[in-house]
Amino acid sequence: MSPSTTKSALWRGVQASLPFIIVVVPFAMLFGVAATEAGLPIAQVMGFTVLVIAGASQFTALQFMIDNAPVLVILASALAVNLRMAMYSAAIAPYLGDQPLWKRALLSYILVDQTYSLAILDYEQHPDQTIAQRTAFFIGCSVPIVPLWIGFTWVGAALGNQIPAEYGLDFAMPIAFLAMVAPALRTLAHIAAAVTSVVLALALGFIPLNLGLLAAAITAMMVGAEVERRMA
Amino acid sequence: MSYSDATIWWIIAALGVGTFLIRFSFLGLIGSRPMPPWVLRHLRYTSVAILPGLVAPLVVFPAATDGAVDPARLMAATVTVLVGYWTKGVVRAMLGGAFTLIAVQYLLG
Repeated sequence: MSPSTTKSALWRGVQASLPFIIVVVPFAMLFGVAATEAGLPIAQVMGFTVLVIAGASQFTALQFMIDNAPVLVILASALAVNLRMAMYSAAIAPYLGDQPLWKRALLSYILVDQTYSLAILDYEQHPDQTIAQRTAFFIGCSVPIVPLWIGFTWVGAALGNQIPAEYGLDFAMPIAFLAMVAPALRTLAHIAAAVTSVVLALALGFIPLNLGLLAAAITAMMVGAEVERRMA
Repeated sequence: MSYSDATIWWIIAALGVGTFLIRFSFLGLIGSRPMPPWVLRHLRYTSVAILPGLVAPLVVFPAATDGAVDPARLMAATVTVLVGYWTKGVVRAMLGGAFTLIAVQYLLG
């Protein structure tokens, strides 16, 4: 396998992921601002962004921390938001699985929504690539995204200290959540799950320790799966 | 927020390790083995099952108004969802929501 084709796969990955920059930059800044407003020092904000690198679950953990939820509830909820990545891991394993453990560990770290969706599409469209080319494409996809995610979280955290509380920033987080969810409402099953989640979360809000939300989420997930099964 | 510094670091570390293990699960440990369809069917709905319920109380009972229903925040949330749903654009949805919040707050004084 010649180095030039690996290099061009890397470059194709970089180009494919460029459009995601306009999503990653504002979200990263928003997390930095929201986490700083919530009272986290910049080291912890950056700890989140570098170690977890999963926006929706970072926002989830932050919201539960603002509510002073028990640590186990924070972890259960934020990790549940990331469970979809097990699906990504399973789907991508046939394409990237046949290589040394340290490479698979590195690729796992950068397995995010954007790299997954770009890579799986590319592997299906170009089925005769070598594993080196597929790996290069995958890394290429992460090159614009991961450093910007980390860098602009820092920018947001630095700005968050400058912005006074009365500018309605309390609502930045709800808007970020809703903007992430709304485009994901692709089918009736997704909508059914989302509506169940909202109704039950509001109805069960009286249950302490945010356990009402956990119950709402589990029920909503089952409703989504059941609607999909019946529609099939 | 009333956690000690050490507790927050523990939360961050546990989330980091947990999230990595989820990503590493099949690629690193289990290998390419098909998941049962019923598991996949549930995993598909994890995000849309949690995030809307998480955000609903923040929209209906905002902390900034001490839990009183606020027309500006309700309208901003509605616009965010509608723009996101129809355009499938995350950034457009965020901008639409932010603009609505600012505009309605300005109009209502």
